[in-house]
Amino acid sequence: MKRRTFVLRSVLAVGALGIGWSVLPARSRLGDGDDIPEDAGEKALNGWVKIGADNHVTVIMSKSEMGQGIHTGLAMILADELDADWSQVRIEMSPMNAIYNNIVTVIDGLPFRPDDHGLVQRTVAWLTAKTMREAGLMMTGGSSSMKDLWLPMRQAGASARAMLVGAAAAEWKVPASEITVDAGTLRHTSGKSATFGQLIAAAANQPLMKDPPLKTPAQFRIIGTPAKRLESEEKQAGTTTYGIDVVLPGMLYASVVMCPTLGGTVQSFSGKAALAMPGVKHVISVAGYNGGTGGVAVIADTPFHAMTAVKAVTVTWDHGAMASVSSAQIMTQLASALDTQTGHAYYSHGNIDDALTSAAKTVTAEYRAPYLAHAAIEPINCTVQVKDGRATVWASTQVPGVARHAAAKALGISTDHVDVKVQFLGGAFGRRLDVDFIGQAAAIAKAAPGVPVQTIWSREEDTRHDFYRPATVARFTAALDATGVLIGLRNTSAGQAIVSNALDRYFALPGLPLDKTASEGAFDQPYEYPAARIAHQTVTLPVPVGFWRAVGHSHQAFFTEAFLDEVAHAAGKDPVAFRLALLAHHPRHARVLTRVAELSAWNAPRPAAPAGTRVGRGVALHESFGSVVAHVAEVSVNADNTFRVTRITGVIDCGTPVNPNLIRQQMEGGIIFGMSAALHGEITIENGQVTQANYNDYPVVRMPDTPVIAVDIIPSTEHPQGVGEPPLPPVAPAIANALFAATGQRVRTLPLRLSPASA
Amino acid sequence: MTTMLLNGNPVTVSAEPDTPLLWVLRGELHLTGTKFGCGIAACGACTVHLDGQPIRSCVTPLSAVGAKAVTTVEGLSGSEAGALSAAWLEVDVVQCGYCQTGQLMSACALLRATPKPSDQEIDVAMSGNICRCGTYPRVRAAIHAAAETLAPTQK
Repeated sequence: MKRRTFVLRSVLAVGALGIGWSVLPARSRLGDGDDIPEDAGEKALNGWVKIGADNHVTVIMSKSEMGQGIHTGLAMILADELDADWSQVRIEMSPMNAIYNNIVTVIDGLPFRPDDHGLVQRTVAWLTAKTMREAGLMMTGGSSSMKDLWLPMRQAGASARAMLVGAAAAEWKVPASEITVDAGTLRHTSGKSATFGQLIAAAANQPLMKDPPLKTPAQFRIIGTPAKRLESEEKQAGTTTYGIDVVLPGMLYASVVMCPTLGGTVQSFSGKAALAMPGVKHVISVAGYNGGTGGVAVIADTPFHAMTAVKAVTVTWDHGAMASVSSAQIMTQLASALDTQTGHAYYSHGNIDDALTSAAKTVTAEYRAPYLAHAAIEPINCTVQVKDGRATVWASTQVPGVARHAAAKALGISTDHVDVKVQFLGGAFGRRLDVDFIGQAAAIAKAAPGVPVQTIWSREEDTRHDFYRPATVARFTAALDATGVLIGLRNTSAGQAIVSNALDRYFALPGLPLDKTASEGAFDQPYEYPAARIAHQTVTLPVPVGFWRAVGHSHQAFFTEAFLDEVAHAAGKDPVAFRLALLAHHPRHARVLTRVAELSAWNAPRPAAPAGTRVGRGVALHESFGSVVAHVAEVSVNADNTFRVTRITGVIDCGTPVNPNLIRQQMEGGIIFGMSAALHGEITIENGQVTQANYNDYPVVRMPDTPVIAVDIIPSTEHPQGVGEPPLPPVAPAIANALFAATGQRVRTLPLRLSPASA
Repeated sequence: MTTMLLNGNPVTVSAEPDTPLLWVLRGELHLTGTKFGCGIAACGACTVHLDGQPIRSCVTPLSAVGAKAVTTVEGLSGSEAGALSAAWLEVDVVQCGYCQTGQLMSACALLRATPKPSDQEIDVAMSGNICRCGTYPRVRAAIHAAAETLAPTQK
């Protein structure tokens, strides 16, 4: 299929998502705020902000806060354009409304390289934006929130400001142009002044200002400052309500045991013993919802009664299609797919066959990455109350719209009859883009009509019933000319598709031919050389795969940046200099790489390694979600080939740095999350069952493993880009490259383990 | 019925003696500042103090509490707690925040026992508290900052 046909068909398929979804007639995302609940003295000036008579400014928040700091970041940009007093700003979660639908994620999901601004790309992006305004979904993911809402939030703040100014001008009978606004107070040269609170009632009667002038970057007062996270104090005090902290009058608790084989169902069960136990109200079987696995739920008066009684349920399982699947056999299957298949070329340039034939030297390698679980610290949970044909869902979710759909479907009621109340998320990392547990919790709550039921998974169920990062194998061949210049690169990876499976789970839309995520991190990188073929072979397997922080980038960056390091060494060149030579036309990337080299003193002589150890440094550069990140990792390897990451220096260019404090947090956190995957993360499957269960056998980085981390942010006035995911992808390759520098061993499989030292 | 000393007050609960303290706090008393993370004392999200010692409430049955004083984040007070809260805010440690009450309980017990902890002492005291968001560098910085506030280094 020609790429154009492929892309246009995808857009039409995406358009089909609109069926059954609320439609937004106006093209503006400003909204009128009519559906925003108002307390006494409060008035909403549009769909994004309301102001109280006591001067507080409430930013209406459509994005889920899962640690990435988006509540603070988005509030800052609205408050800046509003000229609000930052200390008066608070947050309230938005209702469901099409103005909050995420447009950027879907455009970013189209299979174009970031530097492709050709006619086809522009037409398709425009068409998609138009479609998604009406068909999109409220979603927090893909590091897209700031990119998606940078303009709408600024326009909303500026519009509200204009209405306040309009109200003051009318009251004071002066031209609006003579009024200034600063920190929540409006002033006129005559000496008249009024606070937001004094003007809000009149401002609400001003006409909605649809196209307000926006500030220039030089006029920003809050954007660009290292403001502290708004909700830190409550989180420290333990008063923040995460999904699992929802407490409702008369609430019951459910615990579930699911088929240990992924995708399995209940053939038969006996709840007799469980029903006889203290506090137990109901024992029911539940199907697998939205790609999940079937199981048996116990509803009881307390969480501990439910989780104790569920162990007394006896179940005969139907293990289903996964019963004979093992991850070891899958790795073999992926590798053999690469023996026989050439995959879909996401990027093709020049003549790779000629380049390889004419090469003075070629480098060939195979890389592997395992399945990974998300292991967010808040176990999966969801609270649902089914009453009088309606349902209310309280959940830690990244997708309230999809969650509403899932609950409605599980209950057989209309989507309009489901209300979703998004709570704070105790981590998500993409796990809470899935709604298997929402459908399940709704079905469980249906067994106790009228009563809110909180379903809580054990950590073991959480680990064993995830939507995993797909296991992937990649093969590379690079061609170098006689002077060590890279003249061609062939890269084919094999693994499961993520997006098409997810859309099938969300909306029963199978076979969507749109999966940029499979090859992202491989086909879309900036390096230029005369010939390339970057392809991915989709292999269909029954293992549930989903969106794991940085998605395709997380493993593809390991493959591509570790392999590029091999090529640099084969060419006899310094890894930084080798990369810079391939970035001649990409000054933004070159700047990030140059800065990380400076900051890590890359070119300075190294101090001697402490006795009995070997040390090494490795570099990696990667673009994802619109941002460019480079890391230099330093490792110290012991005599027995165990090792420690001692330092990571990271640099990010994420466009306008809205809040350098929170960007640094994401760099630090992304580095540590990436280290967990690089050093420890591995989910294995035997007989269709996940072997790991808890943090003891699925370990993550802890305090003593934490290296020294130094971070820098490149100044910019460009449109802000993603921050939650981009710090992660270059972590594993930087460490792998450092291990090579220290030991000469090239580790091509995650998690990174050096071969035992030879005696 | 069991009576225990919780955050300075006697509290009577109906949970069976084998109920983990975590679920007494969360399920019966609705004190949700103490978090459920793993259920096997592997993550530290459920850390509370028992007579001032940090323990994992998910594996501590109510029967083991007896007359000992239970302190949860809701009842955490004193100079160390105050200094840590302030340092936590100043350093802006928190991300998703779910593990942070457990981190603070462990950090508070550390400072009470070791007013000026070294990096290595912090590693040991905090190694049981997982943070998936990766706030460890800031947790470390905030503990040092709080220790400095409580006992400024003579210069």
